[in-house]
Amino acid sequence: MSIPNRNESTAVYDFTVPALRPWSHEVKKGQILRIVDLEGCQAVDTLFYSKADPSERYSAQDTVRVQGSPYVTAGTKLISNLGNVMGVVIADTSGNHDTSAGACSAEANTVRFGYETRYMHSCRDNFVMELSRHGLTKRDIVSNINFFMNVPVEEDGTLAIVDGISKPGDYVEIRAEMDLLCVISNCPQVNNPCNGFNPTPVRTLIWDA
Amino acid sequence: MAEANRKEKYTGPYAAQQERYDVLFSGAKARKKDMADAPRNPAVLPPQLVRSSEVLAGGWGHALPVKRGETLRIINTHGTPGVSVIIYNAADMSERLNAGDTMKVQWSARLTRGAGLFSDMGRVLASITDDTFGDHDALTGGSTPGSNAERYGDAGLRSTYGNFVLLASKHGLDKRDIPPCVTFFAPVKVDAEGRFHWEGEGSAPGGYVDLRAELDILVFVSNAPHPFAPGPYAPSEIELLVWKSPPPAPDDFCRTASEEAVRGFENNARYLAARGEE
Repeated sequence: MSIPNRNESTAVYDFTVPALRPWSHEVKKGQILRIVDLEGCQAVDTLFYSKADPSERYSAQDTVRVQGSPYVTAGTKLISNLGNVMGVVIADTSGNHDTSAGACSAEANTVRFGYETRYMHSCRDNFVMELSRHGLTKRDIVSNINFFMNVPVEEDGTLAIVDGISKPGDYVEIRAEMDLLCVISNCPQVNNPCNGFNPTPVRTLIWDA
Repeated sequence: MAEANRKEKYTGPYAAQQERYDVLFSGAKARKKDMADAPRNPAVLPPQLVRSSEVLAGGWGHALPVKRGETLRIINTHGTPGVSVIIYNAADMSERLNAGDTMKVQWSARLTRGAGLFSDMGRVLASITDDTFGDHDALTGGSTPGSNAERYGDAGLRSTYGNFVLLASKHGLDKRDIPPCVTFFAPVKVDAEGRFHWEGEGSAPGGYVDLRAELDILVFVSNAPHPFAPGPYAPSEIELLVWKSPPPAPDDFCRTASEEAVRGFENNARYLAARGEE
């Protein structure tokens, strides 16, 4: 896999998203968004909306159908609910990013891990809070990409979050094919291995075309 | 490889959670998946049990309210390759089927007898109480104008996306409200190389799936071929029956299929109690 040698000092945007926190930013058509897993094994739950019309948004099922494979990696075209290419993953130093298992929530945690986990931070709540800044609500949350989250789907259908494979400094880059709103939850989950039971910061950088 | 990056096992502030996760995953892997001993529903439903019936034309969509305790039977009369479904809580349609949670809480993309269809709110919208086919798809969705153009050279053919937009609009919703769907009678598998493929011949004529409503729900059904289905675009009619199924027993196999199922139904019970519905 070829890794472009992009100079961090030329980025037009550079931000470190603290552990547990949400983030959002516009990524204009042609710009390149890099998401860096600073310490490794940190799930980054990510949604994309068309900036011009947020009712057009990332569609996980359309994306995996078009590429014929369930995992997001370099070359994956991110397909919208209207069948348009929203972005392309142009670099990936890690591989096997999930887009089928969705985001964690306080509600699903009660089913997965017990009712006593209902008052813990979750990606769904992060998404709701961040989307509310853009006039969007829970109904706008669709199945997201879980960068750096490892969810193999086995031949018998077994689907489980297993230990991550990303190393400190691994990153993905997405080139926007339309003006995008990117919304991230830096996953706070500590009930499964998606963050190595230790949520850590991630870094987002944007370059002009 | 999966174990390689884990820091010391069962140490640190979340050691208890680490251990619990491994116990839960081991339990899921050990669980019997085929539910072979579970009771079957009648193959032929006595007419007095059927509350409503609809013959849904090939390519078209239909919406059905199903009350808690009733069962929607989707009969694949002629063996059409794929019937896509999304489900809403009828009392609050912002609560809807969540395919990711459904797979994740049950540790499986294979949804068949004994499985629940979960909402985004940690509740069971419907249980699969019977299933003569066994291979359904929650990963790759339904057909779209784009998939019809690619498969059949005609974006204007009726698609699942189009059907869901129409149904949503006729119930005060819009395309923002269309979540990932589950497509029944679609044997989509992931091979060892991580590629999807359509496995086998598809459903025999007359195959059916029974979905027992666990809350009052609204079901959108799209009778359009799955985008991976082989052959020409030729969806055939299906039959949709809403029937009065017997009340679930305390040891109902869907409600006791796993500890996750038990917790899901505890959430349903809390919700119903809070609404004064027992």
